[in-house]
Amino acid sequence: MTHRFRDLLALEPLNADELTFLLDQSKSFQEIQRHPLKKLAVLRGKTIALAFFETSTRTRISFGTAASRLGADTMNLQAEASSLKKGESLLDTVHTLDAMKPDCLVMRHGASGAPEFVARHLEIPVINAGDGTHEHPSQGLLDALTIRDRKGTIENLNITILGDIKHSRVARSNIHLLSKFGCKFTLCGPAMWVPRELENIGPEGARIRRVFRIEEALEGADVVLALRVQNERLHEPALSLNDYILLYQLSAERMRHAKRDAIVLHPGPLNRGIEITPEVADSAQSCVLEQVTNGIAVRMALLFLLAAGGSDDDKQAAGEADANPLRNRRSTDSKDAGAQKDVKDP
Amino acid sequence: MILIKNGRVLNPATNTDAAMDVLLDGERIAEVAAPGKISAAAARDAEIFDAAGLIVAPGFIDMHVHLREPGQENSETIETGTRSAARGGFTAVCCMPNTKPVNDNASVTRFIMDRARATASVRVWPIGAASVGSKGEAIAEIAAMKQAGIVAVSDDGKPIATAKLTRQVMDYCRSLDLPVIEHSEDVSLAAGAVMREGVSSTRLGLAGMPAAAESVCVARDVQLAELTGARLHIAHLSARGSLEQVRWAKSRGLKVSCEVTPHHFTLIDEDVQYDSRFKMNPPLAAREDREALLAGLADGTVDAIATDHAPHEPALKDVEFDRAPFGILGFETGLALSLQQLVHTGKISLMRLVELFTTGPARVLGMERSLAAGQPADVTIFSTDYSWTYDVKDSPSKSRNSPFDHRAFQGTPMATIVAGRVAWKHSSL
Repeated sequence: MTHRFRDLLALEPLNADELTFLLDQSKSFQEIQRHPLKKLAVLRGKTIALAFFETSTRTRISFGTAASRLGADTMNLQAEASSLKKGESLLDTVHTLDAMKPDCLVMRHGASGAPEFVARHLEIPVINAGDGTHEHPSQGLLDALTIRDRKGTIENLNITILGDIKHSRVARSNIHLLSKFGCKFTLCGPAMWVPRELENIGPEGARIRRVFRIEEALEGADVVLALRVQNERLHEPALSLNDYILLYQLSAERMRHAKRDAIVLHPGPLNRGIEITPEVADSAQSCVLEQVTNGIAVRMALLFLLAAGGSDDDKQAAGEADANPLRNRRSTDSKDAGAQKDVKDP
Repeated sequence: MILIKNGRVLNPATNTDAAMDVLLDGERIAEVAAPGKISAAAARDAEIFDAAGLIVAPGFIDMHVHLREPGQENSETIETGTRSAARGGFTAVCCMPNTKPVNDNASVTRFIMDRARATASVRVWPIGAASVGSKGEAIAEIAAMKQAGIVAVSDDGKPIATAKLTRQVMDYCRSLDLPVIEHSEDVSLAAGAVMREGVSSTRLGLAGMPAAAESVCVARDVQLAELTGARLHIAHLSARGSLEQVRWAKSRGLKVSCEVTPHHFTLIDEDVQYDSRFKMNPPLAAREDREALLAGLADGTVDAIATDHAPHEPALKDVEFDRAPFGILGFETGLALSLQQLVHTGKISLMRLVELFTTGPARVLGMERSLAAGQPADVTIFSTDYSWTYDVKDSPSKSRNSPFDHRAFQGTPMATIVAGRVAWKHSSL
């Protein structure tokens, strides 16, 4: 199977086959992480632009490491150092980066939809490394890879997500991916952070419910995803940490409501003693460090798939373009939008 | 002199729907009579406008527009905006005061009137700010602005800040016999929001404002209209709950009216896909709100269709969705969308459609609008079946922010006559 992606902007539009393909591709790069010599040459001569318009350490290092292990060079743009502060528009900034001829743009941005907006204006592939409160596709993939390794499958599992789900791009990417494999979601947290609309964001037939009591939410869980309670970014509304800990901290005692072989995921960085107790974070059930390792494998797979290709013409000659849902969506861009966006009378 | 022949006259003021000829003499309508029965001898020398197969209606009014002059001439000017209005069939437009500087005093009003006289294609009726700088602190010099030509007051772009000031403005405007046009929005509920709250905003991860952000403010305003007896007009009403407030107010006999925009009865929140051409305030609403608006347009609760024409130059709109300003173009798609969504679907009659663009807004503004001898020679001539596709690149507007670019339509304005002069005529004529 040849790959059919041009950009990776979100997991929502991808179907189960496409997602499985991405996870299978990542599998081969997992091996390399265990090898004493980790550097490949498959992207030698290629340049990956890492544009982080929002502070990030882990994801930026993970993508950077993935690029270098594939033999690619990177160029880095960080918000603090950028000209955005000088009033340059996002579009001008990425066009400037693009003029330095990278082969792929990895981008994080605080505004939901910003990578999609940028992708409409660039020829090179764009990988979303987290946009606002929308999606974090590589995190969703690495979580699924971790679950598949531990549970042997990602089908029909009970997944419980804890925390500020309304503002979580990690939660959305997980829901969009795992729902397509029949997983059932239980969302749990303070009611203001778990609005009822979340029950309907998944694909047709997705099973997503809200529960406000953590013990009930953990009942029968195969996978528990604890989200970071962020101090640096605003939860709206803010909530007393004491209340959060009282009601929703993931403790060993509460974990007893989950299945005995349940696993715990956390996108990091951990706030030990807030959303998760050290005991749970360091338990055998915790997959936190595997997630980090798998993150590099997933990102190597994505960079390999998206940046290794030849020119667009080559891809089109290979007949890939028409099969690529993302490419097709991009090509519709502005022209047909008005005509397509019509409300059907019920 | 212009003799409009062979057309189908639709005149809501007299409930006339008949084949009639209309003779314009200078700035006034001279005569309206059965085909071939114009009596004035002078008609023999008149320029003939053949309106065969077309609707001849009183001049359309767009009572909610932004012309951006003074201050934001990169986005629009009175000249370019009114050229676009003329193409949309509008013979008069009411421009909102949120210019730079704000139209909160008579010299700004006079500037707009002067620029309109010098450059405008259609009539420009300014709306003055309710409060100084639209800041919601002190009442603006409304009487002086009225003398200079304003037809209403509004702090549009936001609501009049406090209930107390709204009440005072209403009291004052009642004594001046001016309508208060309210952009009803609870700014605390709407803070930071870029679209309507719902499944779509949750899926997209965009901050949403609930429908209640509008309807709680409409409730406040309706209560104050009852307290003061003022004429209250709710701008760009978008939510079912707001419409119910207006319906209640009307049933109580209050002087409360409302307008609806074509984009709110055409599109819904599900159409927003990180495309800033779909970003406006109030934002595109839920499917059930759209249904409610369609019902309100049909049952008479809605008084006017207004486009809220809000041009923004491309550099302002071509940014992240969160950062883009609110507002879309409206003039050139307003009638076509109304035909498409309301008339061709059988939801309202053609007469009702004409009412929503003519006598409806005129009544809100305390004016008459009729195709009758002695009335101003403002006429809108349109087709209900001409097939065309909107291409925003052809617009005389300085901006391009329309979600309806490349949409196909049946029906379009064919000619716009203002004060007896053809302000614009369709290229097919």
